[in-house]
Amino acid sequence: MRKSPLKQKTRETLVAWSFMSIWAIGFLAFTMIPIFTSLYYSLSDVVLSGEGIKVILTGFDNYAQVFSSAEGFNFLRSVSDFAIEILFKVPIITVFAIIIAILLNQKIKARGFFRAIYFLPVIIASGPVINQLINQGAATIPLVEELGFINLINQTFSEGLARPIANIFSELIVILWFSGVQILLFIAALQKIDKATYEAAMIDGAGVWESFWKITIPALSNMVLVSIVFTIINLATFSENEVIQHIKTNMFALETGFGFSSAIAWLYFLVLVVILAVFFLIFKAFSKERGRR
Amino acid sequence: MGKSFNDGFIGKISVYLLLIIIGFVYLFPLLKMFAYSIKDLEDLVNPTVQWIPTKFYLENYKVSFLVLNYGVTLVFSLLVTLVPALLQTITTSLMGYALAKFKVRGKVILFAIIFLTYLLPVQVYMIPRYVLFDQFGILETAWAIILPASFGQGLSSPIFILIFYQFFRMQPIALDESAKIDGANAYQTFMKIGVPLAGPAYLTAFLFSFVWYWNETYISSLFIGSELYTLQLKLFNFTSQFNVTQGLSEQALNEAIRYSATILIILPVLLVYVIMQKWFVEGIDRTGITGE
Repeated sequence: MRKSPLKQKTRETLVAWSFMSIWAIGFLAFTMIPIFTSLYYSLSDVVLSGEGIKVILTGFDNYAQVFSSAEGFNFLRSVSDFAIEILFKVPIITVFAIIIAILLNQKIKARGFFRAIYFLPVIIASGPVINQLINQGAATIPLVEELGFINLINQTFSEGLARPIANIFSELIVILWFSGVQILLFIAALQKIDKATYEAAMIDGAGVWESFWKITIPALSNMVLVSIVFTIINLATFSENEVIQHIKTNMFALETGFGFSSAIAWLYFLVLVVILAVFFLIFKAFSKERGRR
Repeated sequence: MGKSFNDGFIGKISVYLLLIIIGFVYLFPLLKMFAYSIKDLEDLVNPTVQWIPTKFYLENYKVSFLVLNYGVTLVFSLLVTLVPALLQTITTSLMGYALAKFKVRGKVILFAIIFLTYLLPVQVYMIPRYVLFDQFGILETAWAIILPASFGQGLSSPIFILIFYQFFRMQPIALDESAKIDGANAYQTFMKIGVPLAGPAYLTAFLFSFVWYWNETYISSLFIGSELYTLQLKLFNFTSQFNVTQGLSEQALNEAIRYSATILIILPVLLVYVIMQKWFVEGIDRTGITGE
């Protein structure tokens, strides 16, 4: 059964691609072509009519228009607001989800009942119901405003920072709603930890606190990355998001149209790449730090 | 966390207290919706009736049943939810497995592609995809939803690839190697060791996929919405649906009816979760025995 190393390698590549082939075909057929088309659209004037689509190449006109903010939409401001918001929300959601996941993974009574309740945000936050809740104000804490908390924030922070920070406090409940998926991700990861590891650590004299940092957190770290990626994308593509709203409304608008909204979407995409890269670097730095200790 | 975390009376109390308080935040709107949905007109306008209606009034549900055309729509909704969710889970798990277990040249590029397609707002490629599907002739059929999903290009497919990648990467290589020594090929190893040990990942991925397809309205309204209706699409256009439903002409649409419809739409997903939740718990025990 012995094979030459080269042959072994080709074999492995072939096997790997047999696993990946379905995805690869799908990507080429359903995603790559549309992506290039939309890139082309973003550089064109696209007119949708009864007879079909008329495309006239216009170069970077659409992109220039995005920054000129002619129709009361300030791309740079919406995007920077969003970036600051993300910077605060991602850590809050991640930490909160880890805590809840650990609590739900305890030997508690009525665990099934609790887990069913904590699944509710997964159902609601991705559906139309969440918009209803937000519009009705069911998602905010009225106390935050009544107690003059917002004023306090406005006084202590510079204008650019105060707006997003105030947003976060008035949206604490919304943040809870957007943690459902992450909680389940962490529960799934916690279930993979072997209980014997904790027992061994206990015998060696490790306390709860120590085994939390030395066993639980390292075991969750991969999932933290997945959760961060998910949180950013989930918030970025949420249907009530200002930029997404703008992409949608311009799509079929007569004077701007599909080319313009493709241009916004591509610029937004670049911003998201940068945000994700920043979080990725922070994550890497943290794991290195922990590895050294 | 072992048992030590909630040892002691105070520890236990605070665990329950936290879970109950936050759980209440999630439960509150649903309870409110339910309370509303069983109110009749009199209770609706009566300001003294808040949480507990004077009688258990089910007429709203009957109206919603009619407006949503519940039976037929439910079957179609399940078709464009269960099937894509299942196929998407399988395809993305294959992809995640390959990335986690094999040395492939250009893996970095593959990861970049996966990340980038995830970052790209769906709106970007929906119209081009619409044109493409129009050429395929699959618009206004369930295929328009099922086909991309089965090839791993469905709703949030990239995050599922990432989840599976992380799970398969956590599995000890020793198990794979011992299977190889026993003469198993790559596919047998995947079926006999990879899949069973990734139980929680499969459940999680399927659940998310199911819920997201269930809740999705943007793509379905574009691809199948002008002729076929899912429950969510019916809810989305509830007012117009209400107006075209025969035999309701003397009735006016009110919040109570709307809420009852919302509850009817959340119900199937909750049921699926409650059923799957059992396997979730069993899943842990099984992986516990193998002692990985």
